[in-house]
Amino acid sequence: MELHDLTLIQALEMLDKKEVSSVELTRALLERMEATEDRVRAYLTTIPELALEQAEAADQARAQGGAGPLCGVPAGLKDVLCTQGVRTTCGSKILENFVPPFDAFLVARLKDAGMVLLGKHNMDEFAMGSSTENSGFGPSHNPWDPNAIPGGSSGGTAASVASGTSLFSVGTDTGGSIRQPASHCGVVGMKPTYGRVSRFGLVAFASSLDQAGPITRTVADAAVVLGVIAGYDPADSTSAPRPVPDYAAALGRGVKGLKLGVPKEFFIEGLDSEVEAAVKQAMAVLEGLGAELVPVSLPHTDYALAAYYIIAPAEASSNLARYDGVKYGMSVRHEGADLMDMYLDTRSTGFGDEVIRRVMLGTYALSAGYYDAYYGKAGQVRTLVRRDFDQAFEQVDAIVGPVTPTPAFGIGQKVDDPLQMYLSDVFTLSTNLAGLPGMSVPCGLSTAGLPIGLQIIAPHFSEETLLAVGQAYEQATDHHLQRPPL
Amino acid sequence: MKISAEEVAHVAALARLRLSDQMSAKLTEQLNDILTAMDKLAELDTSGVASTNHALELTGAMRPDEARPGLDHERALANAPESDGQSFIVPKVI
Repeated sequence: MELHDLTLIQALEMLDKKEVSSVELTRALLERMEATEDRVRAYLTTIPELALEQAEAADQARAQGGAGPLCGVPAGLKDVLCTQGVRTTCGSKILENFVPPFDAFLVARLKDAGMVLLGKHNMDEFAMGSSTENSGFGPSHNPWDPNAIPGGSSGGTAASVASGTSLFSVGTDTGGSIRQPASHCGVVGMKPTYGRVSRFGLVAFASSLDQAGPITRTVADAAVVLGVIAGYDPADSTSAPRPVPDYAAALGRGVKGLKLGVPKEFFIEGLDSEVEAAVKQAMAVLEGLGAELVPVSLPHTDYALAAYYIIAPAEASSNLARYDGVKYGMSVRHEGADLMDMYLDTRSTGFGDEVIRRVMLGTYALSAGYYDAYYGKAGQVRTLVRRDFDQAFEQVDAIVGPVTPTPAFGIGQKVDDPLQMYLSDVFTLSTNLAGLPGMSVPCGLSTAGLPIGLQIIAPHFSEETLLAVGQAYEQATDHHLQRPPL
Repeated sequence: MKISAEEVAHVAALARLRLSDQMSAKLTEQLNDILTAMDKLAELDTSGVASTNHALELTGAMRPDEARPGLDHERALANAPESDGQSFIVPKVI
């Protein structure tokens, strides 16, 4: 097996047994980048010299017995996460030269655990998108088919893990941005419960929805990463002051006796037949392992999409007001221009079309005369979406279904039709509205050779249930062992 | 029409965006399509339903009011488009 094909846990075992050094592992991934990045374009920034320095330090730490839980394992991170001294663009021209003066909370946790940072992953600008085509620096490509999108907004991250230029990673999910690209790239992606992972240093998109979580090759790897990044942070007022369980201990639990809800609203017209077949096959596997499948209803699923595309742009319009050309980032100052000109020219030059579209939509939804009809109404519908899940979880331990209506679509196919693009989030965004944890696990390939994901959704702070179900499925199947034909 | 060209111009001013004529026309059309799709929300009777602003029951996170070190001037100004080492410099306001 090539070093770039290792799972996180395999890499840790080899490092532990001194079968490989962190420097060797890091060099192998840098070579893999040389071989694949011209086709995948997962990275916006790479830091090979810094990576090798970190790897040498990791090897020394391990030799001295001071190895953290990720000691010496190389990976890139989504470029929405602030990395001290390493530029963080958020996929936007407006932050093209921004070098953060501090690490995000979770980045500091990963570094303390010994990770070797290789660089920063491409993404849709400010995490707004489902394909990475909204990146200010060009799209990433699906490792399984270079003409297909890798999903988004954490598309570079999922593509990097799938193509072996990161042995694990962390993405962020506001409406599906971890689970959807994980599904499209054939890797595992978990969005934890809102508040489980601190967002300090995570560039804000929609603050009542944003959450960071692992993107990995296996469910067991996700448990390791979540254990490192989860936990209370006084610098994030929404961070949950709850103890972090031993996630690895949940892995062997199995699904025997678990009730898994199957929402009829997730199996609708427009669901691709191959996706439907793969997901139903996966559900049958879980049933065979002792789970009970229970029909449930989430009657406000359709309305969740409309509510989400009011709430997320409204919060974004407020969060993105900070890009004003004063403190950091792009600043367009024409000769003789006043302060207002600077604001207008900076924002119009620095933001891409989708960001402008959402800032406009959000500003409109919050503006005088329209607030009640849009933002107010969307907040009420959000309550109904939450109640749907509350009622379902009175009957079942977790919910299973598809992640996306179709496998990855072609690059360029939906760029001129924002509404069609928004529909690709229909099965993922309701969990963000309700603050629930959700996970995508590979469950097959389409006839065109594109990955399909199984989604698992659990009650608040039940990440262990996701891990138990995902792990049981993974152990019974071999979809997670497949690698893209790169 | 859900939103007119004039309203698009008004919202752009609120959002501190300068739109080209071409971008304004395209946005007016796209925002109309999106807002028409959002009309779906009006189908639901939500009278008496409380709004959810946060998915979890969160209470204000308070900490003792104690002075703590923050970013020093040098680091805080490191990304400034223009500064004099003490302040951010912006174009003339008045």
